Amino acid sequence: MTQEAISTDVVIIGAGPCGLFAVFELGLLDMKCHLVDILDKPGGQCAELYPEKPIYDIPALPVVSGHELTERLMEQAAPFSPEYHYNEMVEELEKLEDGRFRVKTDGGLVFEAKVVVIAAGGGSFQPKKPPIPGIDAYEGQSVFYSVKRMENFRNKKVLISGGGDSALDWTINLQPVAQSMQLIHRRDGFRAAPDSVNKMHALVEEGKMQFHLGQITALHGDNGQLTGVTAKGNDGSDYEIECDTLLPFFGLTMKLGPIANWGLNLHENLIPVDTGKFQSSEPGIFAIGDINTYPGKLKLILSGFHEAALMAQAAFKYANPDAKVTFQYTTSSTSLQKKLGVA
Amino acid sequence: MRIILVDGKGRERELEAIEGWRVMEIIRDHGFPIVAECGGACACGTCQVEVDPQWAAKLHEPRGDELDMLDQNYGGEWSRLSCQLIMTPELDGLRVRLADVAIRKAA
Repeated sequence: MTQEAISTDVVIIGAGPCGLFAVFELGLLDMKCHLVDILDKPGGQCAELYPEKPIYDIPALPVVSGHELTERLMEQAAPFSPEYHYNEMVEELEKLEDGRFRVKTDGGLVFEAKVVVIAAGGGSFQPKKPPIPGIDAYEGQSVFYSVKRMENFRNKKVLISGGGDSALDWTINLQPVAQSMQLIHRRDGFRAAPDSVNKMHALVEEGKMQFHLGQITALHGDNGQLTGVTAKGNDGSDYEIECDTLLPFFGLTMKLGPIANWGLNLHENLIPVDTGKFQSSEPGIFAIGDINTYPGKLKLILSGFHEAALMAQAAFKYANPDAKVTFQYTTSSTSLQKKLGVA
Repeated sequence: MRIILVDGKGRERELEAIEGWRVMEIIRDHGFPIVAECGGACACGTCQVEVDPQWAAKLHEPRGDELDMLDQNYGGEWSRLSCQLIMTPELDGLRVRLADVAIRKAA
């Protein structure tokens, strides 16, 4: 399927706090933004890692949760009508002959943009893989990190590993479909919703599934097909669990991912930039927030906001080399206030 | 005051520690490639260490959010998050091993 390219001023990779504030700063300069994020929601780390944790170092907000900060940034960006593309990972980034950039996602979206802003934090969120030797050989065949279709697990001997909502929810949802269901977790406490934990315990009491305390240490099988695992209990003893499918649910982690393949200079998985434009080694590709590095860099949200403001000026000049930029304040400029919808 | 750090290759290092600092911060500020993605908010689990069993009893019990993070990062019996361990004189000589998940690697 060939998708028609979306033509825009700016593609922002990452809808975390820095990407969201970049929409505002670019919007003041009349630059239209599309944001692409691998998560199913805005906020980046603020949404995925610590939505409920208080943040104390945002200027003028003595305390704010990651969730609320995200909401407020969305509200601030809204007058500029940014378009959000969730559950999409940018895979390819190439420069076109006319100086613009073509951006392609894993879901088949194609953008053509005058500038690209990488605001990808620690990279893309990916499922955490348990450190079990040889697990790679089973992935995609009998070890899965997500459930795309429940039918794929019909009549399977499923073993789920983990203690969070994903682990418990899928234990409960797949139990009626699977031939057998077993859950293994390192302790008797769960971080999943108490209701799910109660349901799981009820299924165990009814004899419909089994729960094991311990940690998987080895996988057994042939040619990618699992036949069982060895687990270590909390008393240090080993035991065997028979299964043909393993679903490990250990949350998400950040990996640099495809950014490494875009021909940009990198330093220890970060994108070196200058501190005037926050531009990468490729003119027209900018990097702000946790993903960039420069002398004195601090990984603070407020630093990312500053970087977004300076980047926006440089991005505008890059996209409009002949235009004259007049620096204006939102407090006094009627034209900026019109853009914000307040004048 | 000091801590003994066993790195990914099994090498032991003695690190000068400061009272009131988190063990994660001490490891990081000595230049070790500890991931510590969230910066000490007990929100990522990538500063995991394995505490020498002889020292485990001297530490406070992990709180719920630390246990949650250890769950998600394949913690073992002696695993702790080094951002949740604050140096006190009683911990002088604390011996910890960096967990694999805590070691920053090239892409």
